Amino acid sequence: MDLPLLWFAIIAFFWMGYLVLEGFDFGVGMLMRPLSKDDTDRRLVINTIGPVWDGNEVWLIVAGAATFAAFPEWYATMFSGFYLPLLAILAALIIRGVAFEYRGKINDDVWRARWDWAITIGSWVPAVLWGVAFANFVRGVRLDADHQMVSGFFELLSPFALLGGATTALLFALHGAIFISLKTDGQMRERAGRTAAALAGPTLVVAGGFAVWAHSAHAWTWAPVGVAAAALVGVVVATRARREGWAFTLSALTIAAVVVVIFGSLFPNVLPAINDPANSLTIANASSTDYTLTIMTWVAACLTPLILAYQGWTYWVFRKRLTTSAIPAHIGLPRKHPTKDPARS
Amino acid sequence: MEALDVARWQFGIVTVYHFIFVPLTIGLAPLVAVMQTIWTFTGKENWYRLTKFFGKLLLINFAIGVVTGIVQEFQFGMNWSEYSRFVGDVFGAPLAIEGLAAFFVESTFLGLWIFGWDRLPKKIHLACIWAVAVATNASAFFILAANSWMQHPVGAIFNEQTGRAEMVDFGAVLTNNTLVAAYTHTVASAMLVAGTFVAGVAGWLLVRAVRNSDTSLARTVYRPAALLGLVTIVIAGAGVVVSGDYQAKLMYEQQPMKMSSAEALCEGENGADFSLLTIGDLSNSCEGVQHILTLPGVTSYLGTGDFDGYLPGVEDLQTQYEEQYGEGVDYRPNLALTYWSFRLMIGFAAGSAALAVVGLWLLRRGRITDSRWFGRLCLVAIPMPFVAASFGWIFTETGRQPWVVAPNPTGVDLVWMLTADGLSTTVPVGEVLASLLTFTVLYTVLAVVWFTLMRRYAAIGVAPAASGPSSGAKPDDPGGTDGSAESESEPLSFAY
Ligand code: HDD
Ligand code: HEM
Ligand code: HEM
Repeated sequence: MDLPLLWFAIIAFFWMGYLVLEGFDFGVGMLMRPLSKDDTDRRLVINTIGPVWDGNEVWLIVAGAATFAAFPEWYATMFSGFYLPLLAILAALIIRGVAFEYRGKINDDVWRARWDWAITIGSWVPAVLWGVAFANFVRGVRLDADHQMVSGFFELLSPFALLGGATTALLFALHGAIFISLKTDGQMRERAGRTAAALAGPTLVVAGGFAVWAHSAHAWTWAPVGVAAAALVGVVVATRARREGWAFTLSALTIAAVVVVIFGSLFPNVLPAINDPANSLTIANASSTDYTLTIMTWVAACLTPLILAYQGWTYWVFRKRLTTSAIPAHIGLPRKHPTKDPARS
Repeated sequence: MEALDVARWQFGIVTVYHFIFVPLTIGLAPLVAVMQTIWTFTGKENWYRLTKFFGKLLLINFAIGVVTGIVQEFQFGMNWSEYSRFVGDVFGAPLAIEGLAAFFVESTFLGLWIFGWDRLPKKIHLACIWAVAVATNASAFFILAANSWMQHPVGAIFNEQTGRAEMVDFGAVLTNNTLVAAYTHTVASAMLVAGTFVAGVAGWLLVRAVRNSDTSLARTVYRPAALLGLVTIVIAGAGVVVSGDYQAKLMYEQQPMKMSSAEALCEGENGADFSLLTIGDLSNSCEGVQHILTLPGVTSYLGTGDFDGYLPGVEDLQTQYEEQYGEGVDYRPNLALTYWSFRLMIGFAAGSAALAVVGLWLLRRGRITDSRWFGRLCLVAIPMPFVAASFGWIFTETGRQPWVVAPNPTGVDLVWMLTADGLSTTVPVGEVLASLLTFTVLYTVLAVVWFTLMRRYAAIGVAPAASGPSSGAKPDDPGGTDGSAESESEPLSFAY
């Protein structure tokens, strides 16, 4: 068994889990404001992902840490090379994460409005920047002979990369709209369904353009491109027909197929060098030793099925659709510090 | 400013910040689980109210631990990419296992716990908080495995072809005696933080309740919680001292320079004293260091187990290291910093100790108290172990300098790295500065928000009895309508 190759596939799988799962979290955050008429609506939207968003984000942590363990050179070059985009993503994830937890803690409109912006910005920024980053991985960056990345920041913002950003933003917004329509009932379900139907067409065009442009290296990657395109067409049909379960399955499949396209086009590199192919970081020259990879393989083989099982169970526990009447009254404390002790119980 | 300095400040600030919140999570999660367990098996409603109350504080705190942790995971590649290249084969594995084995469990089951109060059968719901408690402690184990390896590399060799450290024995990495010591010490200190937190908050609320003539609330709710916290302090405190003593012995063997720096000991001596106060300048030179107020032989005892043991001086070690690892490097850490951070770590534990002694006395045999003075002690004690833990890390990490991977004096050859060599080479200093500023500003704002919320949610105390468990859990809740339209759904027991 070629362990580095296996780990390339496993890391692709972790990214797939991350982008499919946190993809709809981002979409939910991006659409929270436009889809809501009032505060109860916003809470309804946020609570569709309330119990699961943190578990979804761990897929990113694991994708990052697995890259560190299995391909130290890749981790080192990529994370130092994409310094500013990663910084922006980290800042966004920070404000977004605390916003979910803190938004309801003080019962005050100004307080909530601020956290709503944190959720909005915190969802848009990574939704766009992950696309920019992945587009750059696929296209390649400038690497010197020591595998150090020497592309400047503005080189990372090529038209192709920006199209990548638009693709992920649209895909995630669509995915999120479908998720909301699947998890809510009443007016919100209606509005989210309509939004999803409206987003599906443009997403197909932009993502299709990106996939065709991105794809180059191997003939076989046309297969996932085909799957992604067919799934997206399916999404268009299913959203029009308001078949939410199907629409969600297909939008998840689309994102998964896009990840296959991306990693398929990278193969056998992990970070291609556009200036000189000899400088590329490859699966072979970036990987850890077989000893480390063997241990990691055992750990991943034992734990990943368990993770899928209990995360799946969570979705089952919280499968109930939410409506505005399910949202309880605010329990946050009032904004002003009361002169009298609130708790004299 | 040099890139190295900026990156060091960046790392120090971001990591110490992460570790302000983490000990409370590590310690409070099991304590909340204990509270919920008592409620589940005795049905006593006061423990339900306490579970809810401290659970809420746990969640406010948890949020910051989580979001700042993500930064930690990315930092190594961003700022210390040469370090990452060098150690990834060894260091990455515990980090990845931490994610797979701990973070997934903790984040998923926390979501189930928060939102599952009326969805899950009682015992399964209880199992969720225990899963969180175990997972946070497991995460501490794996991250400390990584960190302990940097203090004392084992189970690895240097590969000359690749120029990297490579793992040859993962078992050795996981049974590193440095790890055993650090893990025990860190978890004990986290329990000390959480025990002090619970005792302090409950004790203060108890005094307030008594002064508001609500003695039954004080007796039935706050007193048991305060006792739980106080007992935790006693046990954890003993654990901290025993494990800390063990750590010092290991440090003497593994990083003698750090041990001597802890005492700012310039010349080697037998029976080195533990000084309580020292004056000197901050120029890192030995002239002008003057120990006043000393405990005879105690530092020697900490390091060697013998009050008359020999401790080498910083200058002796510098000479020895120059021979071993090459000239031209100052192998001494910042002496003022190591000296004082070591003392402050130990010294700030006094707050918890005082709280434990006074609290256990005042609350002995069913008593409650209206002492304003005790109420104040409770509040003052709460932050102290947080500060102690931060200084512990500042000591450990700055005392290791100039190494990022300290050489193992008896083990592997060439598996070491100077901090200066670990820095990312292609990241412009301006970008590092941008990240330093971004995180500092963001974290400062978050600290204010965290403090405000913690204070206010602690101050309201437990919810009134009436709002207790309506029906506990509803084990046979069908779980939903599976898509059919329904508008009359009951409000959730919890929503963001
Ligand atoms: C509430 C927190 C707290 C308290 C009261 C103490 N410590 Fe501590 N100490 C820590 C929290 C901590 C820590 C933050 O958890 C550290 C940093 C790294 C580690 O492993 O634990 C630490 C590190 C640390 C080290 C450095 C290990 C190394 O660098 O290899 C030593 C020698 C001690 N401690 C010894 C002690 C002794 C002898 C104590 C009291 C008698 C003590 N500590 C109290
Ligand atoms: C796996 C865990 C850790 C790793 C890999 C690690 C690694 C590093 C590195 C690379 C540096 C930079 C060198 C320097 O700044 O001097 C550093 C410094 C530092 N770290 Fe750690 N660290 C870890 C855990 C922690 C923790 C948990 C804390 C505290 C909460 C901490 C506190 C510090 C401090 C205060 C510095 C600054 C030291 C100085 O600048 O002199 N570290 N550490
Ligand atoms: C510098 C090294 C460190 C890294 C890379 C790191 C990584 C992380 C990450 C990624 C998270 C967020 C997990 C989530 O999203 O749920 C986190 C949270 C946490 N970390 Fe750290 N951490 C470091 C230092 C430490 C240390 C030294 C400890 C304890 C001894 C610790 C214990 C925790 C705990 C208890 C939490 C919050 C609860 C949890 O998520 O488990 N961390 N850390």
